Amino acid sequence: MLAQYKEILQAYLEGRGETQLYLAQQLSKWFLRQNISPEEIVDMHLLALEQTLDIPEPVQESFHFLTEVMIEYGYLYREHHSLRNKQQQLEHEIEAAVTMQYQLLSDCRPSYPDIDIGLVSVPAKRMSGDYYNFIQHEDHSFSLAIADITGKGIPAALCMSMIKYAMDSMYLSSIDPSKMLFYLNGVVERNIDSSMFVTMVCGRYDVNRHRFQYAVAGHDPGILYRAKEQQFLDLTGQGVALGVKRNASYPENEVDLLPGDMLFLMTDGVIDRKVGQRYMQREDLVAYIQREIGNPAQVLADNLYRKLLEASSFELPDDHTMIVIQRK
Amino acid sequence: MAVANRIVIENEQDIVFARQTGRNMSKQLGFGNIVQSRIATAISELARNIFLYAGKGTITLEAVEDEGKSGIRITAEDQGCGITDIRKAMEDGYSTSGGLGAGLPGVKRMVDHFTIESAVGMGTKVTVVKWNN
Repeated sequence: MLAQYKEILQAYLEGRGETQLYLAQQLSKWFLRQNISPEEIVDMHLLALEQTLDIPEPVQESFHFLTEVMIEYGYLYREHHSLRNKQQQLEHEIEAAVTMQYQLLSDCRPSYPDIDIGLVSVPAKRMSGDYYNFIQHEDHSFSLAIADITGKGIPAALCMSMIKYAMDSMYLSSIDPSKMLFYLNGVVERNIDSSMFVTMVCGRYDVNRHRFQYAVAGHDPGILYRAKEQQFLDLTGQGVALGVKRNASYPENEVDLLPGDMLFLMTDGVIDRKVGQRYMQREDLVAYIQREIGNPAQVLADNLYRKLLEASSFELPDDHTMIVIQRK
Repeated sequence: MAVANRIVIENEQDIVFARQTGRNMSKQLGFGNIVQSRIATAISELARNIFLYAGKGTITLEAVEDEGKSGIRITAEDQGCGITDIRKAMEDGYSTSGGLGAGLPGVKRMVDHFTIESAVGMGTKVTVVKWNN
């Protein structure tokens, strides 16, 4: 190493050529690969110089001074290395967690001849803070939930797995949405840091009567499209977010779907985005939906995701989840 | 031949003296420039920890030999309040973010052997060995 350094240095001192400078640059890449730190290079320079020229003593001593000055940079250089290794480890862990989360959110949409269901869920970062699920019951109904967990990434994902298992255990029977939220509120309140909370719409769809019963916990209840009138209506309903108030109650609401009617349930990320200089408004979203009416539910949800992403210059600041349900 | 140098650390002048002593020892043992600097820096960091966190303590320097290698052992001891979470103190970025220099992980990386004993209220003892290579 020293020999090569000395050789290039000597050649440079003799000819001052760009070739040697180019070689020096290549050498520094090699030093980096060999984990040679800055102070070692200063020392190497001095050694090479001593073997090449007569250097006055003060100059020689000044290199010792420079070595000391470079020591802290050497520290940082080595710390950087070790942090990079640690980061790679974390990346692997996150990768495993992403795979697990993917399984938690597996697509389990029920299928009925006269109901069309579309679903899109895309995380803003690698792990999603949005949650959804569908459970098909034996009494000609299915339950569904859409939720947004405050924060994103790993803490949200951990919270999500808790919610999933709490819901799974409750869904052994066809439970009312308001009871489900009451129960989940208790689970979240007891088990999650007070700075975190979860917003959710929980619903049950009666397949025979096409009646959608739902309860709301601090979440946007969604939009109803009336096919006959070609009108978009905001679903009503309110309730405090899960994990905020102990024993909160979640009143039940219901709407009946007529043929062609559609329900749009979504998380904040669908609408919370900038289009050009301004934030997207609900009317803008409705206009986007309107242009997609007539498509099957899944195509509609996919197109909407794509067009909204285009509109916000391909930036997705928050997780985007949308469920579309159409009575055929 | 192993003479131990024990230096009481109470102020920054003592830190300089400890560094100087370590450097002179490594010079006498014929260690290279870089090893000398590393030893001086390790002493410096350990002594600074004593000065900043315990107020008072000692640095002991000894020449050591093993299978033909020669090196210097540095023992830093104090009776300060101890380290509550050693794992945390050994994490990268924990002390450096506060601008305190390399801290313990930095010292650990530049020496060949590193042990730490610490208990809350009982003080801290860090022992490191740097071989001349």
